[in-house]
Amino acid sequence: MLNVALPPAPANPATGGGPDRNSPKLAVRNLNFYYGKFHAIKNINVEIRPNTVTAFIGPSGCGKSTLLRVFNRIYDMYPGQRAEGEVLLDGENILDPQSFLKLRSKVGMVFQKPTPFPMSIYENIAFGIRLYEKLSRSEMDDRVRQALIGAGLWHEVEGKLNQSALRLSGGQQQRLCIARALAIKPEILLLDEPCSALDPISTAKIEELMYLSKENCTLIIVTHNMQQAARASEFTAFMLNGELIEISETTQMFTKPSDKRTEDYITGRFG
Amino acid sequence: MSWVVTRRRIVDAISKVFMGLAAVVGVFFLFWIMWTTLKFGITGMHWTLFTQDTPPPGTDGFGLRNAFVGSLILLGLSLLIGVPVGLMAGTWLAEYGFHSRTANTVRFINDIMLSAPSIEIGLFAYAIMVSPMGHFSALAGSLALAVLMIPIIVRTTDEMLGLVGNDVREAAIALGAPNSVVITQVTWRAARAGIITGILIGLARITGETAPLLFTALNNQYFTTNVFSPMANIPMVIFQFALSPYTNWQQMAWAAAFITVLFVLVLSILARWLAGRVQVQK
Repeated sequence: MLNVALPPAPANPATGGGPDRNSPKLAVRNLNFYYGKFHAIKNINVEIRPNTVTAFIGPSGCGKSTLLRVFNRIYDMYPGQRAEGEVLLDGENILDPQSFLKLRSKVGMVFQKPTPFPMSIYENIAFGIRLYEKLSRSEMDDRVRQALIGAGLWHEVEGKLNQSALRLSGGQQQRLCIARALAIKPEILLLDEPCSALDPISTAKIEELMYLSKENCTLIIVTHNMQQAARASEFTAFMLNGELIEISETTQMFTKPSDKRTEDYITGRFG
Repeated sequence: MSWVVTRRRIVDAISKVFMGLAAVVGVFFLFWIMWTTLKFGITGMHWTLFTQDTPPPGTDGFGLRNAFVGSLILLGLSLLIGVPVGLMAGTWLAEYGFHSRTANTVRFINDIMLSAPSIEIGLFAYAIMVSPMGHFSALAGSLALAVLMIPIIVRTTDEMLGLVGNDVREAAIALGAPNSVVITQVTWRAARAGIITGILIGLARITGETAPLLFTALNNQYFTTNVFSPMANIPMVIFQFALSPYTNWQQMAWAAAFITVLFVLVLSILARWLAGRVQVQK
């Protein structure tokens, strides 16, 4: 386990960390991203520490969601979108075509709006597991139960596992989606504004869930909510117009940011 | 009360009356059709309609068994041909074609097909099947009906899949699911009610079609399940019997018309009911 006291990840790749604990889980090198001709991400370098929560903040359209969508190559679905540079997951460039197959089992994603599939609660969890493992019925029952317990959802859905997941509340649906993503034991979990459609109580539950998930997983969250970044993350990165302005420990970021633009954003002068 | 409020209330009341009248006129014709077919058809309503075959000219008796079975076979075969083709084409448009040039061209042609005169489709089936085979056949009839039904299924499948939120698709792909799994297990399921509604509407559309059968399945006085031979069917029987000089034939034509109207009505209500339950995730 890594603790918060680690020095911030260097923004400059040249000074990259040492082996093992200190080596980054994810290292972004000279990343550029294009929607057709639009240059959405401009030469970003950043490193993400293992077993931490890193928050990306910035005004709408700054490219933070786009950056997140590069990390599991979900942008591949759409023609005309392309990434250049390197994104190293444990040293392996995920932008290489051949490293594609296992990528999505290693990098999970949770979206802004809850995305339960139109099937039962049980099937929602089993869906992902089945893609990678062939389990007996009882083994699967066990995995589904563990996933729901892990997401703190078990007591709320126990006994109605065969009900449609669409009938859960928004907060429950979102926790189901997190449980579904974690059930396949990813190494990284990407969260794209996971709480923006939720009430404060559901938000608190999800932040708690993020905190607990850190043990087995590295979390990267995009959020518009600066209090959330301050509460839930150890590192915060500030993006503006497709560029990474700065990344540092969250406490430092919110007390004495090194860049004037970060300070302006945090204090609400724009964005 | 101020003058503005009074005026608004009056305008409101008048508009409601006119809209109500318009609604009544719309429904009126439906009930008129139902009533007319029932009134003339009731004398032809016998249980033997379902147990006996059509009586030869000039003989007594009431029977439509061969035509009912024939129509069911024709409709079933059309579904067998039309549903896979329509479903796959619609899925391709929504899941792979998006708004590419090719996809939009296919949509445009499909829209033309939606309003193609059914008699031309019949002629088409005649030209490609009946003429080369040298005889009329139920198979050719089903093909013609399927061609009429496919555009409806393509259109609704395309639209219903279009309503399924992209984030659900992305969520499945983010878990690592291949496209085939995403489509069959997630998006089809999300759009299920809408897609089935489209199929039912397509079925209702072809149930009463006569013109395409005129060139293809033709008619058959005898009971047959051989799809390579001419086959009795309700629309052709109505056409033939209604124009005949025999009273029992005319009565049977009305009875068959009433049953067809009822069948289409039930299909439409079922489709409406399903459409109301459409729970596509946005």
